[in-house]
Amino acid sequence: MKVPIIVDGLRVEIDQGTPIINAARKAGVFIPTLCYHEALKPYGSCRLCMVEVVHDKQRRLVTSCNFPAEGGMEVFTDTSRVRQIRRMIVELLLARCPEVLMIRTMAKQMGIESSMFKKREANECILCGLCVRFCEEVVGVSAIGLANRGIDREVATPFKVASDVCIGCGACTYICPTGCIEMVPDEKTPRLRRMKMGNLTLVPCTNNYQCESCPREENFLAEMKNVITEFRSTYRRFTEKK
Amino acid sequence: MKIEKIDSILKKHEYRHSEIIGIMQDVQGIENYLPEGTLRYISEKLELSLTRIFDIVTFYKAFSLVPRGRHMIKVCCGTACHLGGAMQNLDRIKRTLHVREGETTEDRMFSLETVNCLGTCALAPVIQIGEDYHDAVIPGKIDNILAAYSAGHERQEVATD
Ligand code: SF4
Ligand code: SF4
Ligand code: FES
Repeated sequence: MKVPIIVDGLRVEIDQGTPIINAARKAGVFIPTLCYHEALKPYGSCRLCMVEVVHDKQRRLVTSCNFPAEGGMEVFTDTSRVRQIRRMIVELLLARCPEVLMIRTMAKQMGIESSMFKKREANECILCGLCVRFCEEVVGVSAIGLANRGIDREVATPFKVASDVCIGCGACTYICPTGCIEMVPDEKTPRLRRMKMGNLTLVPCTNNYQCESCPREENFLAEMKNVITEFRSTYRRFTEKK
Repeated sequence: MKIEKIDSILKKHEYRHSEIIGIMQDVQGIENYLPEGTLRYISEKLELSLTRIFDIVTFYKAFSLVPRGRHMIKVCCGTACHLGGAMQNLDRIKRTLHVREGETTEDRMFSLETVNCLGTCALAPVIQIGEDYHDAVIPGKIDNILAAYSAGHERQEVATD
C-alpha cells in the first residue's frame, strides 16, 4: 500500500513499511549514507542517515535507512539537531580512519578540520558491514563476517583462517566504501590478483576478474554489476554535492 | 566431541537457529570450550553460516574457542576489591601459576580471568574459583587456596577410577 509522506515540505508516496530514506530519494532530497544499499537489507550501523521524524505528535531522531514509513509522517533532513548529530558522527569516523579519502572529503564538506576525539591507531574499516552483507545476500557464500565486539570488532573469516568458501569474485573490494579490502597481485602467481585486508585471507578469482567471460551464472553477474554501478554513482553524487 | 552428543544437543533445541546460544552453552558445558570441528558440524547441520556462528562466539565473553582449565579463577577487580588489594592477589596468582589473564595453565587445571564486579563487595577482595567464593583474600593465602584445588582434583580422579 502506498502512503503519503512529507520530506522537507515535499509530498511523495512510497510503500508502507519501506525505509523512509526511499521517500527522500524519491523527493530528490539527499541524505548521506555509508552502510545503506538498496540491494541489501538495511543494517543501520553508520548512523549517518539520521533524520527527524514527526509522527503522532512525536518528534524523534531516527536512522532513515531502516525506519519504516507510515502514512502522515513528516521527515526533516536538515534541521540543526540533525546537522549536529551528523557532524559528531563524521568527527568520530575521522578519528577512526583519518587516512580514508572519502571520510576526509565528507569532513571537509561539513567544515570539520580535525576531530576532537582521540585518534586510534589508523584503521580503514568503518564496520559498515556492506562487504559482509553483499557476500551473504548477493554472492550467497558468506565467506566473511564480523567478529568480536567493542573496539576489537573487525571483519574476519571464521576462525581467522583462509576462507574455504570465498569464490574470489572481488565484490567485497568493489563495495567497500573506504577501500580497505584491496586487490593485489598474488605473490605466487602474479598473473592472478587476490583480496587483501590485514589478515583476511580470501582467494584469487580463477577467471582473473574478466567478468565478461565469466562462466558463473549470468543473473548473478548482472545483479552484481548493477549494484556496483549504482554504488559508485551514489558516492559520486555525495562527493559532488554540497 | 562425539557426533551423537552434538546431535542430541541439536535435537533438544529442535535445530532452531534462534537457539544457537543455548546450543553453544550446552556444548561448552560439556567440553569447557567450543571446538572448531564441533562448530563446523553445527553450522552444517543447522544450515547456519559459519561466519554468523563465529560472530556470536567471539561476541560473548562467556564463550571460548580455546580449551579452558578445569577451574576458572575470576579475580574481582571492582572498586571495593581493587582498594582491598585485588591487584596484589592477581600478581600472586600469576606468579604462582605462570599465566596471564585470559590464559590457561599448561596442565589445564586453571584458567585466569579478571572481572569487574562479582556483586559481593562486602566480601572484598573476592576471588571466585569455579562456583566457590573466597573472601578477604590476601596474597599470603593464595598458594594454599590453589593447592586445595589441585589436590582436590587428583583425589577426585582416584575416587572415580
Ligand atoms: S571475494 Fe570472497 S569474500 Fe569477497 S564478496 Fe566474493 S566471495 Fe565474498
Ligand atoms: S571492509 Fe569495507 S565494506 Fe567491509 S565493513 Fe569494513 S568498511 Fe565496510
Ligand atoms: S545508512 Fe542508515 S545507519 Fe548507515
